[in-house]
Amino acid sequence: MAIKILRDFTKRMFGMFFRQKEEISLGFYGPPNAGKTSLANKICKDWTGDEIGKVSKMAHETRTVQFKEEVEIKYKDKSLKFKLVDTPGIATKIDYEDFMKGGKKNRMKKKQAQTRAKEATQGIVEAIKWLDDVDAVIVVLDATENPYSQVNITILGNLVARDIPVLVVANKVDLRKADIKKVESAFPEYEVVGISAKYGKNMDEFYESVFRLAKKA
Amino acid sequence: MAKRRYKGLTLQFVSHREIARLDSVERIKKLLKIVLDNKVIILQGRLSAGEESRLIEDTMVMIGNVKGFKGVELAVITGDEEGSSVWDKFKSGLARALVGQQDAVTIIGPASIVKEMKKDPTKLELVMN
Repeated sequence: MAIKILRDFTKRMFGMFFRQKEEISLGFYGPPNAGKTSLANKICKDWTGDEIGKVSKMAHETRTVQFKEEVEIKYKDKSLKFKLVDTPGIATKIDYEDFMKGGKKNRMKKKQAQTRAKEATQGIVEAIKWLDDVDAVIVVLDATENPYSQVNITILGNLVARDIPVLVVANKVDLRKADIKKVESAFPEYEVVGISAKYGKNMDEFYESVFRLAKKA
Repeated sequence: MAKRRYKGLTLQFVSHREIARLDSVERIKKLLKIVLDNKVIILQGRLSAGEESRLIEDTMVMIGNVKGFKGVELAVITGDEEGSSVWDKFKSGLARALVGQQDAVTIIGPASIVKEMKKDPTKLELVMN
């Protein structure tokens, strides 16, 4: 009996320290419209054939946390299993009137815009809460926008405080206004990869970085 | 918060001492109360990363519950450490550990008044509504 207890205890302790994570929970964080869902979709399409969610040009298209489990990514002769956690874009303000502007196709009526704004605020709270449940995070930034926004700094600050490994992705490098150097100089302490999730540009380098990130998780 | 035209802008300075003794919840409550009063806060020092995200969470909850409130604009300016020596960085790190990051300034304004805060490493531009 005593031997059995000792054996079970040893097994548990070894399992705790030496077992490799079966599935790495990989969060996608960033400001609205940076391309988090586009990137998560690209990964899912590359490795599972499905998509994770809908994308649009209008901000706050993703208003709830979306998942895709058991996404097996292969790079060279290695393979890792991920749970992708696509989160709503984090912002410090939401004005329903913004959803009533724009082209005729995207313009919303007041009631519809108010509902969308309410869902967006709830989505941001949910996204922040999810920070406790991810093993590693890809911070997706729009390379055409100013990277020094406080939202970006707050997200990264929270990840550092929680000791969560981070990879910064400068998305939309296919656009002329994209400035990856500016993103790199804003966050010199992080690895930055420039990609275009929409056109699948530089995805090989991205997957290589994801494997490096997973090692730290 | 009723929508009205603003003829002037009130900046309220909040010293580090004023919030140092408050816990995180009270600290954020105090700051959001000033923002709801349509004032732009100039805070000596900065909030912790956890407090900043808590500020965003509370702001989101308030958007749905306070009429006319659209959220906040937020920026932090810190002392530029680029090019400073290892000794200088050590000294400022030690000072931060002892008395908090007082060499930073945090600006928080209601989004109904401050449309955008454009930050570059060395300057901050406030675009008003």
